[in-house]
Amino acid sequence: MTVDEAPRRSAARGGSGAVVRVRVVLPEHLRTLADVHGEVVLEVPEPPTIGSALAALEGRHPVLRGTILEHATRRRRAFVRFFADGRDLSHVAMETELPEAVTRGDEPFVVVGAMAGG
Amino acid sequence: MSGVRVLVGTRKGAFIIMGDGKRDRWDVQGPLFPGWEVYHLKGSPADPNRIYASQSTGWFGQLIQRSNDGGANWTPVGNEFAYEGVAGTHQWYDGTAHPWEFKRVWHLEPALDDPDTVYAGVEDAALFRSTDGGTSWHELAGLRQHGSGAQWQPGAGGMCLHTIVLDPSRPQRMFIAISAAGVFRTDDGGATWHAMNRGLRSEGALPDPEADVGHCVHRIALHPSRPDVLYMQKHWDVMRSDDGGGAWSEVSGNLPSDFGFPIEVHAHEPETIYVVPIKSDSEHYPPEGKLRVYRSRTGGNHWEALTDGLPQENCFVNVLRDAMAVDRLEPCGIYFGTTGGQVYASADEGDHWTPIVRDLPAVLSVEVQSLP
Repeated sequence: MTVDEAPRRSAARGGSGAVVRVRVVLPEHLRTLADVHGEVVLEVPEPPTIGSALAALEGRHPVLRGTILEHATRRRRAFVRFFADGRDLSHVAMETELPEAVTRGDEPFVVVGAMAGG
Repeated sequence: MSGVRVLVGTRKGAFIIMGDGKRDRWDVQGPLFPGWEVYHLKGSPADPNRIYASQSTGWFGQLIQRSNDGGANWTPVGNEFAYEGVAGTHQWYDGTAHPWEFKRVWHLEPALDDPDTVYAGVEDAALFRSTDGGTSWHELAGLRQHGSGAQWQPGAGGMCLHTIVLDPSRPQRMFIAISAAGVFRTDDGGATWHAMNRGLRSEGALPDPEADVGHCVHRIALHPSRPDVLYMQKHWDVMRSDDGGGAWSEVSGNLPSDFGFPIEVHAHEPETIYVVPIKSDSEHYPPEGKLRVYRSRTGGNHWEALTDGLPQENCFVNVLRDAMAVDRLEPCGIYFGTTGGQVYASADEGDHWTPIVRDLPAVLSVEVQSLP
């Protein structure tokens, strides 16, 4: 699998506070839209949350704004799901911290197009 | 003319079909944006290489794509359609108040004189404008804030602003149509709007069949040489106005059904118009299983069936409101797409038809550019 940046489990940068590298898997349509192949690796301020990871994703790939979270409300779009470390994080608050396995870099944060037919 | 470029939006992507000047050889390119619904693509009259496309899915929402090179390359541009101020409510199907919520862009209408200016008709019904090539969008909120707005309600396909008609002789005038609210006109560039529905009758659909608003207008069209003459395919009834929408009269005449979706005007003959009769509002297919385009050379009332090359048995497709278009070649060519994935073309004003592609996903829109 190729990634758009080599993953490291974590890193700290001087000056602007600690960051964590979070691996993100996007559904095919959004990879095409963002012109990425494989996983996206993001630097997210510690402690990384669902919301901060998605904000970092949108910062890296502005074309994804409005496709995962609604523009105005910042709510998850109805047919998008978030999975990580075997858990469904779709219905928890955006402020929820990502699982340890994601923070360590062992597991990706996965954005999924829900099974909705069509 | 060197040829035509046919822009086809479908349920699962867009296609560009290039035709030569004779319109007998076709090259199908696509799908573009595969897997996404493309409700509409349209090229700028001021720069045919500038094309806008509305791309959406239920999963990932709305995108707007822009091409600066005739569709060879595309760039996603702005996709934030924020209603201005407090969005307010409109009527829901059950009569309750329902908050205005953006769902998708149905129609893109580039300005006549500026490739960077483009209008977007959206669901829930509102009109947006971009003056920077689609990068940012701003609502022309005077329409939604028309005094009747709280009474608008969705048609079966949603409460969509699906038609935008620009008046080439009066830059400040435009017409829009909403299902199911009706036709509105602005004479000040979109600041204020007037309902233009006098003469429409919606028996059985409205408690007052002649109400000012609430009519399910499916599409309107005009010829640029006579912008005061408007033609309309309403839910039921084909209508005509000779005074810029001030009053409408029925011109369904001898049509086998006056239900339908698209209506188009011949490029060179302002009294020649085309419709595709559909059996009924629940039976969305041609009467008798015969796919027939009807042409009137008298601006309505007297219609002739155009059938040569079209299936005349066992045809049960629909032709949606934005899925018919004309080119500007001589003689005028006319094109339409079906929910069965065929795109038919006639290079002789509708006398003879040929499928230029047969097996696309369901066709949502067809536009044609006549290339120099």
